[in-house]
Amino acid sequence: MTETLVAPPAPTASPAADTHLYLDGVSVSFDGFKAINNLSLVIGKGELRTIIGPNGAGKTTMMDIITGKTRPNTGVVFFDGTIDLTKQDESAIANLGIGRKFQKPTVFENLTVFQNLELALKTARGTWRTLFYKMVGSERDRIEEMLVEIGLKERHDEIAGALSHGQKQWLEIGMLLVQDAQLLLLDEPVAGMTDHETEETADLILSIAGQRTLVVVEHDMEFVRRLGARITVLHEGSVLAEGPLDHVQNDPRVIEVYLGR
Amino acid sequence: MATAAPPSGFLFNRQGWAVFIGVGILLIAVVPLLNLATPEGSAFHLGNYLIPLLGKYLCYAILALALDLIWGYAGILSLGHGAFFALGGYAFGMYLMREIGTRGVYGNPLLPDFMVFLNWQELPWYWYGFNHFWFAAAMALLVPGFFGMLIGWFAFRSRVTGVYLSIITQATTFALMLAFFRNDMGFGGNNGLTDFKSLLGYDLHLPSTRIGLYIATVIALGIAYLICRAIVTSKLGRVLLALRDAEARVRFIGYSTTNAKLFVFTVSAMLAGLAGALYVPQIGIINPSEFSPANSIEIAIWVAVGGRGTLAGAILGAVLVNLGKSWLTGAAPDFWLFFLGGLFILVTMFLPQGVVGIGQKWRFWRARRQSAVAVAAGHD
Amino acid sequence: MVRATRTGRPGYGFFVALLALLIFGATIGPHSASAADLPELVKTLGSDDFSEKDGAIKALGELGDPRAIVVLQALAAGQLAVVQESQKVAITEATGDDLKLTDAVTGEDLGTVAEDAIDRIRVNNRLRSSIDGAMSALQIFSKSPEQRFAASRDAFRTATPAMAATLEKALTTETVPAVRDAMARSLAAVRLKTGTSAERTQAIATLASTTDPEIAGMLRGLADAGDTPPDVKRAAETAAQAIERKLKMISVAGNLIEGISLGSVLLLAAIGLAITFGLMGVINMAHGEMIMLGAYTAYVVQELFRAFLPPGIFGLYLIVAIPVAFLVAGAVGVALERCIIRFLYGRPLETLLATWGISLMLQQLVRSVFGAPNKAVANPEWMTGGFNVIGGLTVTWNRVYIIIFCFVVLAALAVTLSRTSYGLYVRAVMQNRPIASVMGIATARIDALTFGLGSGIAGMAGVALSQIGNVSPNLGTIYIVDSFLVVVFGGVGSLMGTLVGAMGIGIVNKLLEPFAGAILGKIVVLVAIILFIQKRPRGLFALKGRSVEA
Repeated sequence: MTETLVAPPAPTASPAADTHLYLDGVSVSFDGFKAINNLSLVIGKGELRTIIGPNGAGKTTMMDIITGKTRPNTGVVFFDGTIDLTKQDESAIANLGIGRKFQKPTVFENLTVFQNLELALKTARGTWRTLFYKMVGSERDRIEEMLVEIGLKERHDEIAGALSHGQKQWLEIGMLLVQDAQLLLLDEPVAGMTDHETEETADLILSIAGQRTLVVVEHDMEFVRRLGARITVLHEGSVLAEGPLDHVQNDPRVIEVYLGR
Repeated sequence: MATAAPPSGFLFNRQGWAVFIGVGILLIAVVPLLNLATPEGSAFHLGNYLIPLLGKYLCYAILALALDLIWGYAGILSLGHGAFFALGGYAFGMYLMREIGTRGVYGNPLLPDFMVFLNWQELPWYWYGFNHFWFAAAMALLVPGFFGMLIGWFAFRSRVTGVYLSIITQATTFALMLAFFRNDMGFGGNNGLTDFKSLLGYDLHLPSTRIGLYIATVIALGIAYLICRAIVTSKLGRVLLALRDAEARVRFIGYSTTNAKLFVFTVSAMLAGLAGALYVPQIGIINPSEFSPANSIEIAIWVAVGGRGTLAGAILGAVLVNLGKSWLTGAAPDFWLFFLGGLFILVTMFLPQGVVGIGQKWRFWRARRQSAVAVAAGHD
Repeated sequence: MVRATRTGRPGYGFFVALLALLIFGATIGPHSASAADLPELVKTLGSDDFSEKDGAIKALGELGDPRAIVVLQALAAGQLAVVQESQKVAITEATGDDLKLTDAVTGEDLGTVAEDAIDRIRVNNRLRSSIDGAMSALQIFSKSPEQRFAASRDAFRTATPAMAATLEKALTTETVPAVRDAMARSLAAVRLKTGTSAERTQAIATLASTTDPEIAGMLRGLADAGDTPPDVKRAAETAAQAIERKLKMISVAGNLIEGISLGSVLLLAAIGLAITFGLMGVINMAHGEMIMLGAYTAYVVQELFRAFLPPGIFGLYLIVAIPVAFLVAGAVGVALERCIIRFLYGRPLETLLATWGISLMLQQLVRSVFGAPNKAVANPEWMTGGFNVIGGLTVTWNRVYIIIFCFVVLAALAVTLSRTSYGLYVRAVMQNRPIASVMGIATARIDALTFGLGSGIAGMAGVALSQIGNVSPNLGTIYIVDSFLVVVFGGVGSLMGTLVGAMGIGIVNKLLEPFAGAILGKIVVLVAIILFIQKRPRGLFALKGRSVEA
C-alpha cells in the first residue's frame, strides 16, 4: 500500500488534481494478440462514465489492468493523481478504494447474504486482525442499512447461492458500496436483469453518482441512455470516440463498428 | 463442496460446549478406567495393547483436522501433510533417541546407536538441544510450521492452486522421503528412529506411561479442535470459505488471500507436526516411509469419509477408516486395498458430504416427514 | 550370435574384436616356429635354480606357443610338478586323495599317483611376476582375436624391452585392425617407459590418440615426474591434457546419453498423461497403473509365446505385446472413463482421489492375480547387447530402442492430433465443449476415446519399461510423481512441453549424478522443478491469455 510518489514519465502530462483515474498509452497483448492498444482514458472525480464497445474491444481487460489482475506491457495507470496502479496487487488496489463488479455476478455462494456484506464491509483487512475481528454496533447498522437499500433485508440469513440472478447483482453492488470504494467499476451490471430490475439499478447508480466515481461497462443501449452520462466507445483496444450520447450515436465510425443501423 | 459457513459466534453455543466436554470426559476418564479398573477377562476390559492403538487413532484424528482445516475450509488439498506429520515425529523421535543414552546397544552416552554403527565420531549440530524435552516439543511444532510456511509462501505467492498445489506438495513429500532414506542425513536412514526406552524418565513400555500418553493425545486433540473451531468461526474462517469458492473476488475486495492461506497452512502444518510428535512415542518408531505420498493421500480419504468442511467429520472419518483398516488388515489383508480404493471412489462419487452429510440428510428428511405428519394430523 | 548379458557385460573390446573377426574372417595361426624349444624349456622349469626357472619362463613367454599358456597357468597355480620316477614335467590334478598327471608338453595321460610320487615346482614372487609378463606376452599370440586384443591392450603394464620385442613381432603378423591398434598403443606405452628419448616422444604422439584413463595416468605421471627429460616432459604434458580432455568429453557424452535415455523413459511414462491430464484436464492418479498393466500384458504375451509358439519366433513377442498392451490398457481406460471419471469432470480434486482409489484397486488386483513378486520379462535377442559409440562409451540396444520407440509414439500422437479428423474433434471438444457439442460432435464419445488413447499409450509405455526394469504391482507408483512433474513442468496441454520437460529433467538428472550421487541428484531436480513451478505455474510452454485463468 505504498504510494508511489513519482510523476508520470514525460511526455505524459501529470494528471490534473481532479482526475480520479488516468490511463495513458496503455497496451497489453496475449500471445501476440493486442487486447489493449495504446489506450488513454481520463475520468474525473465523481464522474459517471459509460463505456461501450463490441465484444473483444478490451473492456474487461481494461478493468483487469485497473484492478491489478493484468499488468500492462506499456503505459501508465494512475489513481487519485499520484498512485501508480501498475505497481500494486489486487488486494492493495482494492484497499485504495477501487471496487469492481464482475460481468458474471460473483458473490460468495456458500456464505449468507449478511456474511457477504460483512466481508465486504470496510474494516481492517489484515489476516491477524480478521482472525480476532469482532463486529461493533455501528458496523452492524451499516450492513442492515445496506440490506434495506438493496432490497435483501428479508433474506439476510439465506445462503447467497440461493438468490436469483438479479438479487446477486444487487448484492454485489451492495458489497461495493459497504466496501466504501471511491471508484466503482461495474462490468455489465444489468446483464440478465428484467426491465424492472434494470430501471431500479439505473436509479441506484444515478443516486450514487456524484458522491463516487463510477465506470459502467454496458451493452444495453436503453440502460446507457437512461444513465445519460458521457460515453467512451472502445474498439480493438483503443478509444474510438468519446462524448455525450447523441454525439457518439452520430459518429459514423461508431455506427459502423458497433451500433449498426 | 457446498459447506455452509458455520454460524458466527464464539466457538460453541451451550449445547456445543456440553457435547465437547462430554466427549472429552468420556475419552479421558472412561477409557483408562476400563483399562485399569476392570479385571482382565471382563467384557468391559480394554486390553493394554488397545491403549496405544486408540492413541494412534486420535493422532490420526488430529492429522485429519489439520488437513480438513485447509482442504475443507480453504480448498487447499495438500498431498504432503504426511510430511509435516513425519517431521513432527522425527523431531520428537530425536528427543526419544537422545533419552536412550547409555541404554543403547553400543552404550554410547552421546551418539544414538545408528550413528555409532555408521562410525560417526560426533553428534551432528542439528541434533544439539534435542536432549531437552521442551526443545524437542517446540521443534516438533516449529519445524513442520516452518516447512509449511516455506512451501505455502512459495506456492501461494505465485498463485499455485488446485491440483497444481496438490502435485507440488506430493512431490515435496516424495523428495523428503528420498532424503530421509539416505544415511548421510543423520536420521537413521532406512530404519528411522526406534528402540525408544523412556520419555521424561517414564518407561515407555509401562501401561501407566501409555495411558499418560493417551490422555495427552486426547487433550491435544481437544486443543487442536478448539484452535480449528476458533479459526473457522472467525471472520477469517469466512474469508477462507469465500476464497475457497471465488479466490479472485476475495482479492478484489481487498483481502490478501496469500496471507490468509499462508496462515492456515502454517497452523495446519503445525497441527500435523503435533500429531506426529504424539504418534511416535506411542507407536515406538518413525521411519522414512511415513513420508510416502500414499500416506498423505490416505489422510484425504479420512477427511472425505467423515465429511470435509466439518471438523467433527474429520475426526470421525479418521477413526472410522483406521478402525476399518485395523480390522481388515488383520481379517483379510488382501482385501484392505480393495476396500480403501473402493472407499475413495464411493465417497467422491456418492458421498461428497461424507458420513456427517448422511446424518444431516437424514435429519433433514426426518424433519420434513415430521412436519408432513404434523400437517396431515392438522387436517384430521 | 552376439551374446552379452544385460548387465555386467565383458569389456567393449570383446565386442569390437568379435565384430572385427566377423568382418575379416581371418585368424592368424599360432607361432609354432620355436615349438621345438618347448620341451627343453619346460624341462628347465623343473630346475632347482630359481634364476634358471626365471629364464625359462621368460623364454616361454617369447615362444608364442599356446601350449606354453597352459604350462605357465599350471605353474602359477602350483599344479606343475616333476614326476620322480620319469623326471617328466607334468600338470597335476587332484582326484580324491590321489593326483592325476598329464604331460605338460605332449598332453599325454601319465596315470594317477600319490602325492609323494611327485615334486611340486615351487614359485616365488619374482617368478610370479615373470609368469604374469610371460602370460600376457603369450596371449598376444593366442588363436582367439579377443584374447589377443585383451592381451595387447593390457600389455603395456609389463613395460620391459622383451615385451616391446614381443609386441613388435606380433604386429608383423597381426591382421585384425582393432587388435593392431591395441598392439601399437601398448607398444608405444612400453617404449614410453623403456625407450630412448626419441622413441619416447614418438610413443607419446601415438598415445595421444587413445582414450584409456590408465595411459592418461601414465602420461600425467611422466609429465609430473622430476627426472623426465624436458622435451619428453613437454610432449607428455600436451598428450596427457589431450587425453584428459577427451575423457572428460566422453564422460559428459556418456552422461548425456544416459540422460536422454532417462528422458525417453520419463517421456514414455508421461505422454499418456500429457493427453489425459494435459488435454482433458483429468488428474489420473491411476496413470501409473496403466503403465503397470501394459508391463503385465507384455509378461502374459511372453508366457503365451513360450507355451504355444515355436521358440524360433519368441523374439517377436515384444512386437505383438505393444498393440495388445495398447488395447488392454486402452480398454481399461475407456471403462474407467465411462464408469467413474466422467461423473467427476470439473471437480479435479475429487477426480484425483477417485483415480487414486482406482490405482489402489488395480495394484491389489494384479497382486492377487499374479502374486506380489517381480515377474521376469526377457529381452528378445535383438534387444540385448549394445554397441560402442566412442572410446569406452557403450549404449545398450534396449535403451536405443526405447529412445526410438518414444519418439515414434510421440510423433504418431502429434500427427493424430493435428492431422486426423479425430484429432480435430479432440481439440474442438477440449477447447470449447458446448460449442463442439452444438456442432454435432459426440463429446462423450470423444472423451472416452481420448481417455482410452492416453491410457493405451501408457500401456505401450509399460511394455517398453518392462524391458529395462522390474515388473511388479508397484511399477506404476515409481513413475507417477515423475510423470506429473514432467507434464506440469513442460506446460499442460503442450506435447512439445512434455518432450522438452522429460528430456530436460532426464539430462539434468544424469549430469548432476556424478557430483551429487543418484538420490541427492534426484532430490535436487525435484526441488528445482518445484521452485520452477512456483515461478512459472503454467510450465515451460504455457498457454497465455485471458481465457486461461477464467
